[in-house]
Amino acid sequence: VTAVEIAGIGIHPFGRFDGMTVTDMGVHAVRAALVDAEIGATDRPGFQAAFCGTAYSGVAAGHKVLGALARTGIPIVDVEAGCASGGAALGLAAAAIRAGQYDAVLVFGMEKMPKGIIRSSFFEPWREESGLAATPAYFALRAQRLMRERGITKQDLARVVVKNRAHGALNPDAMYQSETTVEAVLGSRMVCDPLHLFMLCSPNEGAAAVVLRRAGSGRAGAVHLNAAVLCSHLPGSVLGEATPLAGIDDTAITPPTTLAADAAYAEAGIGPSDVDVAECQDTDAARELLGWEELGLCAPGDQAGVLASGAASLGGARPMNPSGGLLSKGEPLGASALGQVVELTRQLRGTAGRRQVEGARVALAHTVGRGANASVTILSR
Amino acid sequence: VSTARPVVEGVFAAEPPTLLGARCSGCGEHHFPRLEQCPYCGHEAVVPVALSSTGTLWGWTTVLTPPPGYLGTVPYGFGVVELPEGIRVITRLSVPDESWTFGQPMQLRIVELGSTADGEPVSTWEFTTLESAP
Repeated sequence: VTAVEIAGIGIHPFGRFDGMTVTDMGVHAVRAALVDAEIGATDRPGFQAAFCGTAYSGVAAGHKVLGALARTGIPIVDVEAGCASGGAALGLAAAAIRAGQYDAVLVFGMEKMPKGIIRSSFFEPWREESGLAATPAYFALRAQRLMRERGITKQDLARVVVKNRAHGALNPDAMYQSETTVEAVLGSRMVCDPLHLFMLCSPNEGAAAVVLRRAGSGRAGAVHLNAAVLCSHLPGSVLGEATPLAGIDDTAITPPTTLAADAAYAEAGIGPSDVDVAECQDTDAARELLGWEELGLCAPGDQAGVLASGAASLGGARPMNPSGGLLSKGEPLGASALGQVVELTRQLRGTAGRRQVEGARVALAHTVGRGANASVTILSR
Repeated sequence: VSTARPVVEGVFAAEPPTLLGARCSGCGEHHFPRLEQCPYCGHEAVVPVALSSTGTLWGWTTVLTPPPGYLGTVPYGFGVVELPEGIRVITRLSVPDESWTFGQPMQLRIVELGSTADGEPVSTWEFTTLESAP
């Protein structure tokens, strides 16, 4: 099987950028990734296919970006899988290279989200009208059950935010580049009990891009893409629609994150204990703690202890969300998974600056989106 | 009892307050609202069932800001009630207070939700605590 490596990365910061279109941000990120991959102006398009992760950018969104860059004439496919859109795009690109179809593939993701609670066509109109389409309320139910079943307190949820914001304070690409405190988190506006405003990520704007290439470039320090897996939920395992069993695993049905993680570990030939650093979906603070156990990075119920020990913070045994996570960066849906890959590639190259996890060799990225769709990516050097 | 138009047809009935679910004749699982095929096993023989109008509280929160497209007022309760059939129903709730606990008995009722853009009143269902039910 052909091995795949990360040839280049690029990012447009995540935040709010009045006057910029989603295409502008996509162009910015793709241009940076092409420079990083040393794909020059005369090498057009420089890749044999492009996959664009996005949920809210409309018709032929990826094509508009590559049209602006005069890098068309190849398949350009938009990929939508909710918050996992970027991970889904990455998986398709990696599989095509592995199969020998292409030598180089561009993957990018971008979004310009409206402010406030995300409106999603996932819900039928009557559910919106009845108040059953409030995304933070679903997050709150999952948080409440996790607290009950894993001995997690509201202070613990606040500590996740404090940890990630401390990391984000060191990330020039983050929306919030300031630290916070447990008191400030618990003092922020209540959105849906137990979740306060600071415990929820902000839907926002941004873009990220990655060039994948067949391994063997001979470039020193190349980062390998060992696995890029997307998995949807098994019937009945999701808190939603006609099968409202659980958002957390109290039903003996394996959740999509674990399905994707198990497949990714197998594909990469490693186990959870080999992971040195991870970016893990933190659309809300409880979601991160649930992800730890679903990914096999923490025993169920050990979350509070791991948080208190500092093991998940920069300088700890296995830092989680060194980029600051979505709680610091905000969430441009289609860009979030590729933003994680940009961060982890920097970590593995040793170019993460003040966020550098010393000696990181194996890294894992995780998103989970509507549906539910979970993506797990494993990188190494 | 509200005379308002139901916010959706075929999902609940008003007299008496009833959620219109279904049971799979293959795997035996219940689901709600009714679908053409069982969402658990894909079996095509699903039998309409009027679900129990009482259950127990599995999870709850309070929504303070109107979500997109919402016709009603805030605050309102939102959560999951577990019915004796073994199904958990995502549902609107009366506004929770500090006394609410996991597993407490809940009762279904029909409530006026609000009005559409052209002023037509619409109704929906919610669960409330057994003692505060009409």
